[in-house]
Amino acid sequence: MTVALEIKSVEKRFGGLIATNNVTMNLQRGARHALIGPNGAGKTTLVNLLTGVLQPSGGQIILNGEDITRLPVHTRVLRGLSRTFQINQLYADLSPLETIGLAVSERMRHGRDAWRVLGSRTEINGEIYATLEQFKLTDVMHERTATLPYGRQRMLEIAVAIATKPSVLLLDEPAAGVPESERHDILAAVASLPDDVSVLLIEHDMDLVFTFAKYISVLVNGTLFAEGTPDEVANDPRVKAVYLGGLDHD
Amino acid sequence: MTILTVLFDGIAAGMLLFVLASGLAVTLGLMNFVNLAHGAFAMAGGYICVVVVNRWGMPFLAALPVAFLFSAMIGALMERTLYCHLYGRSHLDQVLFTVGLVFMSITGVDYVMGSSQVFIDIPKYLQGQIEVFGLGMSRYRLLIILLCSLITVAVQLILTKTRFGSRLRASVDDTRVASGLGINVNTVFALTFAFGSGLAGLGGALGAEILGLDPTFPLKFLIYIMIVVTVGGTSSITGPFLASLLLGIGDVAGKYYVPKFGAFAIYAMMIVILIWRPHGLFSRAVSK
Amino acid sequence: MSELVNESVKEIRRDLTYLAHWRTWEYVFWIVAFASIFVLPGHYLILTEIAWLALFALSLDLLLGYAGVISLGHAAYFGFGAYAAGLLAKHGIIAEPVLALLAAGFAAMLLGFATSFLVMRGSDLTRLMVTLGISLVLRELANRYSNITGGFDGLQGVIINPLLGRFEFDIYGKVSYIYCLVVLFVMFLIARRIVHSPFGLSLRAIRNNPLRASAVGIPVNLRLIAIYTIAAFYAGVAGALSTQTTAFTSLDVFSFDRSADLLLVLIIGGTGYLYGGIIGAVLFKVLQDVISSFTPQYWQFWIGLILVLIVLAGRERMSRWFDMTRRTALVTLGLQRILQRGGKL
Repeated sequence: MTVALEIKSVEKRFGGLIATNNVTMNLQRGARHALIGPNGAGKTTLVNLLTGVLQPSGGQIILNGEDITRLPVHTRVLRGLSRTFQINQLYADLSPLETIGLAVSERMRHGRDAWRVLGSRTEINGEIYATLEQFKLTDVMHERTATLPYGRQRMLEIAVAIATKPSVLLLDEPAAGVPESERHDILAAVASLPDDVSVLLIEHDMDLVFTFAKYISVLVNGTLFAEGTPDEVANDPRVKAVYLGGLDHD
Repeated sequence: MTILTVLFDGIAAGMLLFVLASGLAVTLGLMNFVNLAHGAFAMAGGYICVVVVNRWGMPFLAALPVAFLFSAMIGALMERTLYCHLYGRSHLDQVLFTVGLVFMSITGVDYVMGSSQVFIDIPKYLQGQIEVFGLGMSRYRLLIILLCSLITVAVQLILTKTRFGSRLRASVDDTRVASGLGINVNTVFALTFAFGSGLAGLGGALGAEILGLDPTFPLKFLIYIMIVVTVGGTSSITGPFLASLLLGIGDVAGKYYVPKFGAFAIYAMMIVILIWRPHGLFSRAVSK
Repeated sequence: MSELVNESVKEIRRDLTYLAHWRTWEYVFWIVAFASIFVLPGHYLILTEIAWLALFALSLDLLLGYAGVISLGHAAYFGFGAYAAGLLAKHGIIAEPVLALLAAGFAAMLLGFATSFLVMRGSDLTRLMVTLGISLVLRELANRYSNITGGFDGLQGVIINPLLGRFEFDIYGKVSYIYCLVVLFVMFLIARRIVHSPFGLSLRAIRNNPLRASAVGIPVNLRLIAIYTIAAFYAGVAGALSTQTTAFTSLDVFSFDRSADLLLVLIIGGTGYLYGGIIGAVLFKVLQDVISSFTPQYWQFWIGLILVLIVLAGRERMSRWFDMTRRTALVTLGLQRILQRGGKL
C-alpha cells in the first residue's frame, strides 16, 4: 500500500496556545481511517490545516507525493483533496443539479469558460447524472437546496465532495444532526464510497467509527495520542482512561 | 499658523469626530448593523441647537444637553419602529434602507430649514483666542477638547465600570452567549442606539461652528464617520478614538499644507489602511 | 439499461441548458424596445438616458446580483469612461465614436482591474468604504486637474463625429438613441452568455457560499476580480455613451448620489436576472420625470422614501419572485420527467 496523504510534524500555534502539536500521520491509499478525540482536541484545526483554511506554523503536508503545505484551498481541491463540513455548507439558492454540475465543471477546468452554456458538454452530463443517482438525489435535483429536508442536504454535502473526484476525502462528522430515520441512508452512502478514495473520518459517534474504520488515530490536546486498529485502540488502557473515560462525562 | 496650531485644531476636530462616530462604532460592533444614516442624528442635534439658541434665546451651554436628548429620543424612536426590523437582514438591505433615510433627512431639513448653511450664535466668552504658553488657542476649540475629553472618559467609564457596560461588552463579544446569560440584548441595543444617537446629536451641535451645518451634513460627514469606524475597528472604543485623532489631525494638516488636493489624502489614507488591515487598524487579530 | 442512462444524460443536458433558452417574453421585450424607435419619436432624449442608465445598472447587476459584491462607488468606472470618451473626442485622439466607446470601456476596465485587488479584501463594510473611497478619490483628482477635466464647470467643447463616419448625430436624438439601444442590446447578449456559463454559475455559487465554492476548487478571489473587471468595462461603456450622446460630462458623474441612484434603479427592477437593470431604468426615469414635474427640488426625498419602503416591504421576497418563476418552471420540468418514466420516483 502506498501513502495518499502524509502529515509530517505539523504544528499550529495561536499566540502562546498550541492547537496542533507536532502531528505526524499517514493516510494509506484506499484507507478507511478515523480520527477521534474529545471535544477541543484540535480535530477541526487539523482539518483546517489540511484543507488550507489555516497555514501551519511548522511541518509539511504531502498529497500523493506533492508538497501542498503552501497551496491555497481551491488548488488543493483540484489536486484531489476534498472535504465535507460538519455544518452543511451548500448554496441555498442553487439546485442540487446546479451544485453538482458546477463541482464537476470546475474539476474539468471549465470554470473559467464564460461563453459556452453550462450543460452543453456531454462528458460532464453523464458524470453529473451518475453522482446524483449514486446519492439518490435525482428526484429533488430541481429544487432549491434551502428547501430540502436536512437528511437530503447532508447527502448533497457528501455528493458535492465526491463530485470533485477526490483521491483523499475528509469526512467531518457526516451523520451529525441527521434524524434517525434518515441516518441509514447516510451510513450506506459513506459505506459505499469508491474503494480508491482514501477516507479520513472525523467523528464523535463511536458506533460509526467502529463499523467504518480499519485504522484509528486518537488526538488529545492537539497531540497524536494513540494509533492502531480498532481493536488495539479499544483495548488501549491509556485511551480508555483519557478518552473513553472522558466520554462518560460528556 | 504653526505646527502646534495645526496639531491643536486637528485634535479638536478629531475629538469632535469621535463624539460624532462613537455611537456608530458601538452599534455596528453590537448588531453588525451598517447604519449609514448616523450622520442624520448629528444633523438633528445641530439644527435643534440652532432653533433653541437663535430663536428661543436659550444659552448655548444649556442647549447642548437639549441636542443630546433630542437626538437620543429620535434615535430611540427610530430604533424601536424601523431599525429593529432590519437586524437580521443582509448588509445590502441595511445600506439601501439607511441611504434612503439619509436622502429623506437631507431633503426634509432642506424643506423645513432652508438649504443654506446655518450658524449657531456662540456666546461672546467662547469667541476669540486665549494665550497659553505663548500659543494662541481658539476658546471654542478649547471647549470642544475639554467637553469631548470628558465625554470620552465618561463613555470609557460606562463601558468598563458599570453593570450596563459589562452587559454591553458581553453582548458585543457574543450575542448568543449573552442572551443565554439572561441579558436582554434588545434592550441593551435600544439603549445603546439611543445613547449613540444622542452623542452624535451633541457632536452635531458642538461641531456646527467648525464643521459647518447645512442639510447635506449627513452625506458630507458620512465618509468621515465611516472612516473612523472602519479604520478604528469596532472591538473597542480606543480604536475609534485613535482613528478619530489621526483623521482629525490628518485632515487639518492636509488642508493646510496641500490645500489643492482637498480631502484626497484622507481618502487615499483610508484605502491604504483598509487594504493593509481589512478589519481596522486597531482591531484584535481575528483568528477563529 | 445503457439506453436509460443515455436518456437521463440527455435530460441533464436539457435541464441544465433550460434556463439559458430564450423565453417568449424576452423576444417580446426586445421587440418592444426596438419598436420604441418608431413609436415614441418625440422622446428620444429620455429614451437615450434610459438606455445608458440601463447599461450602467446591468453592470452593477453582474457584480451585485450575481457575485454578491456590494459597491457604493460604482460611479467611479462610469465616470472614468465618461471622461475618457470626452477627452478622446475633444482632442481628436480617436475620432470615430464606436472605437472611442470601446477605448473608453477598456480604460475603465483597466481601472477596474487595478482597483479590484483593493476591493476584494475584507468584509462587506470594508468593501463599501473602499468602493466609496475610490470614487471620491477620482472626484478629487478630476477636480485637482481641472485644466484637463474642466473641474466644476465640466468638460466643455466636446464634439462627437458621425457614427462609423456616416451617421451624423441629429438634434432630435434619433441616431443617439438607436446607437445606445444597439450597444445595450449587444452588451446584454454578451452578459446573458456570461451568466449562463460555468463561470456565471460559479459567481452565483460564490454569492451563496464562498466557503463551499472554494471547497469545490473555485478560485474565489480570481473569479471576483474577473467579474469586477468585466463590470467596470460595462460601466465605462455606459459612461462613455452618456458623454457621447450629450457632448458633455462633469464632476457629477463621480458623485455618491450617482452610485446611490444606481442602486435604486437596480433594486426597483430586481437583481440577478439581467432585465432588472433595464426595467428599473425605465421605471426610474419615468418616475423622475413625473415627480420632478411637480416638485423638482425635493426629488431626492422621494428616492429616499422609495428605498426605505422597498426594503421594509421585503426586497428579498420581491426579488425572489423571478427566482420563483424559474423554480416553478424547473419543478414542472422535473414532474414531466417523472411522468415520462411512468410515474416512478
